[in-house]
Amino acid sequence: MEIRVNVNGVEKRWNVEPSELLVDVLRDNGYKSVKKGCGSADCGTCTVLVDGRAVLSCSVFAASVSGKTIETLEGLGTDQQLHPIQQAFLDAAAFQCGFCAPGLIMATKELLEKEPALTEDQIRHELSGNLCRCSGYENQVKAISGLMDKKREGA
Amino acid sequence: MPNDSKTFRIVGQNKEKVDARGILRGKPVYTEDFYPRDALIVKVVHSPYAHALITRIDKSAALDIPGVVEILTYEDVPRIPYTRAGQGYPEPSPYDTVLLDHKMRFVGDTAALVIAENERAARMGVKALKIDYEVLEPVLDFEKSMSPSAPIIHDQKDSKGIYEPSRNIASHYETTIGDVEGLLARSPVQIEATYYYPKSQQVALENHCTYAYLDPQERLTLVSSTQVPFHGRRILSKILQTPPGKIRVIKPRIGSGFGSKQGLFTEGYAALACLKTGKPVCLSFNREETFTCTYTRHDMRVTVRLGAELDGRLNVIDMYSLSNTGAYGDHALTVAMGCGSKTLPLYNKVKAVRFVTDIVYTNLPNAGAYRGYGAPQGLLALDGALDELAARLNRDPLEIKAINSIREGETSPIFQIMGEGREGVPQIAASCKLGECIEIGKVAFDWAKKRKNAGWDRRTVDTVRGVGCALAMQGSGIAKVDMASATLKMNDDGTFNLLVGATDLGTGSDTILSQIAAEALGIPVENIIVYSSDTDMTPFDVGAYASSTTYVSGNAVLDAANKVKASIRRAAAALFEIDEELVEVTDGCVKNLQNGKTLTFAELCTLCFYGANQHQICETGSYVGDESPIPFMATFIEVEIDLKTGKITPIETLSVVDCGTALNPALAEGQVKGATLQALGTALFEELKFSETGKPINASLFRYKILDRSSFGKVTALLAESYEPTGPFGAKSVSEIGINTPTVALLNAVYHATGIRFHRLPLAPQTVFNALKGKA
Repeated sequence: MEIRVNVNGVEKRWNVEPSELLVDVLRDNGYKSVKKGCGSADCGTCTVLVDGRAVLSCSVFAASVSGKTIETLEGLGTDQQLHPIQQAFLDAAAFQCGFCAPGLIMATKELLEKEPALTEDQIRHELSGNLCRCSGYENQVKAISGLMDKKREGA
Repeated sequence: MPNDSKTFRIVGQNKEKVDARGILRGKPVYTEDFYPRDALIVKVVHSPYAHALITRIDKSAALDIPGVVEILTYEDVPRIPYTRAGQGYPEPSPYDTVLLDHKMRFVGDTAALVIAENERAARMGVKALKIDYEVLEPVLDFEKSMSPSAPIIHDQKDSKGIYEPSRNIASHYETTIGDVEGLLARSPVQIEATYYYPKSQQVALENHCTYAYLDPQERLTLVSSTQVPFHGRRILSKILQTPPGKIRVIKPRIGSGFGSKQGLFTEGYAALACLKTGKPVCLSFNREETFTCTYTRHDMRVTVRLGAELDGRLNVIDMYSLSNTGAYGDHALTVAMGCGSKTLPLYNKVKAVRFVTDIVYTNLPNAGAYRGYGAPQGLLALDGALDELAARLNRDPLEIKAINSIREGETSPIFQIMGEGREGVPQIAASCKLGECIEIGKVAFDWAKKRKNAGWDRRTVDTVRGVGCALAMQGSGIAKVDMASATLKMNDDGTFNLLVGATDLGTGSDTILSQIAAEALGIPVENIIVYSSDTDMTPFDVGAYASSTTYVSGNAVLDAANKVKASIRRAAAALFEIDEELVEVTDGCVKNLQNGKTLTFAELCTLCFYGANQHQICETGSYVGDESPIPFMATFIEVEIDLKTGKITPIETLSVVDCGTALNPALAEGQVKGATLQALGTALFEELKFSETGKPINASLFRYKILDRSSFGKVTALLAESYEPTGPFGAKSVSEIGINTPTVALLNAVYHATGIRFHRLPLAPQTVFNALKGKA
């Protein structure tokens, strides 16, 4: 079947099997930032935004997102100018292996837009579905908290 | 030489990770991101039984499925015993494995490989393959493995190096120094304690994966998520009967490993499938396969007997460990020896010490390397027993541990006696700030005050708090075994290619190795272009394990940098037509001290390429440690226990580490914090569980929980000032040590809070609740 999606601002028409998962279709079409850590909606590495909402693409049929807007990490920042979330994570030395980074960055993007005024504890709670085994989380949380501070100051 | 100076410009700075921008931009950097589009899919057919013999295989139905290309079983490959453990050669692990076998030794063992044109066909092929089994009685309780009535797991004749196959003993080791029994009997205070460490898992977020293809010259090329590319090439060469020169192993970025990728799992199958079909193939484990078909921690029962004086000074330590290596003996001996060799020297003031270990087989998933490598298991019992000693004497456990522990300039006979599966090397703790770690931590944590706050009345409170502490050590590589090398090649813009065999698995070793090279050459870190872990392109390195990279690979980089600096000096002297002593090499320039004329590295290299005395400035350095300098650590933890539910919540975990010079403090702290969380997870709930028939029952991230970001309180890592004289710019290792202490410190804190001493991890709420009920 054919689906029409807008991925990172570009209109796409893809032929997919009804049983195909969004994570596989995205990866097959070159969006390799989308990671598959568990395949069972437990680790958060496959997080993408669908119509602005964070979604675990390993548990969504590609067919169900036809007509929607998808954002993946490929759409954020350029080689010359990182997106503010990327820059904040870079400055905070927030990752080691980085396998969880794409999912966390996308989940952070949604959170910043949805609820930009959270305490560190609330951030920890909101993003608890994005697992990281390397970093100890703290630098990531501090980076996100800093982004929220900036957003509030700017507002 | 720069090694003598303790003021640095690039080392000691939080330089940006060299791979950070690509990762943050979501660029394809990991193995699976590069799978060729036309690659065949390889899937493993797993044994449904814990112990069984394959009696018949019928491939016909599976081969009839459109898209299924090939099915491989034990009938299709020669029987070549080997170990999957990625260790130096000859490996201390028994050769008890063959690539495809007719005997199945755990639920999930490899019965066959299905190779297909696409995922769907491969899955259908796995389902359609008919295999008949003769089911054997399994051994699932490792405390019963050695029993005469236990079925024999490795009864094949062609294995090598199994200690006693008929009793399911993979390996055994024992050593005694001094009169252990006599001193125990004569000690006024004696403690005997037995602790159980669970079968936990590394849980690297990237599953194991490999793709393989034949290059245009028909050479087998593997791209793999591995910690040991060079060992991998050597082992593949053996089992595929292909010369190492016909094999290339490339490691891209890795989604972490923690030891789970210090063995060959997907590599051997992918390589075999590629050679059999002549086509590119890829093999990705799913999460369940990573849980059950790679490595886990060796679960252990460790008994410690202490003899001490009434003032708390230790006379003697006696440690026995029974280790469960699961179906195969990967890392069996070496992890169990780490249980003693990476803990006993901490308490070096004893007059006698004994360490004995048996490592037994069971029909459960394979144990192997996992961060800490035996030290966490040994320390759980040793530190736990010391805590019990303190309680018996009514003393502060920190004080008891402090007065007995090693200090700078001291040694332990264990260093010489126990090495990596063989004798070790004598060494003195030339840099040891353990005393400082204790003092700094004590103050920062407010230990004395928090210890006093204990004491509660269950009628008036719902929650109680307690504090615990633990001390730890590790090593920095394996002395006289681990070798690393590095090549620095000068470019005509003044940059250098740094080619290292060292294997960055997410730790940031590419970054700190670049910092070392830049510091030594006096150039910005941006002028180092690092490329690592490609057996065709980089010089040899044992790989990322045993906390070796900073120290061993780092010293190799320093050696290469010093050599390249000498070459630069030589080239400049020839150009200037002066003696080498009259050339100053500094800040990316060469200076003629006679006339003050300077050339930049770019100008010098351009002349070397196109002008006079044309040659490539390029040098390789190597390093083998004469010793394995020890990092030290003191950890303090406060927990809160809900008396109504038994739930333990960590409030604060503070560790102070002596890792020598922290080459990149942010990365060093990250190592400690990440390791702390893995350890807290093990203390609280991480354990692989199995049914009565040996089937895994929690091999998913839904059932096997790791700590998420919301539930572990505050974690702090502090770095004590220290300088290791033999380390690159004073550095020692930091990657493993952080996992050793939090488990036992938490257990000690629970004792402090409740008066209940647990001897088995994890401390699930139900366990704690039941114990509290028993006490009430």
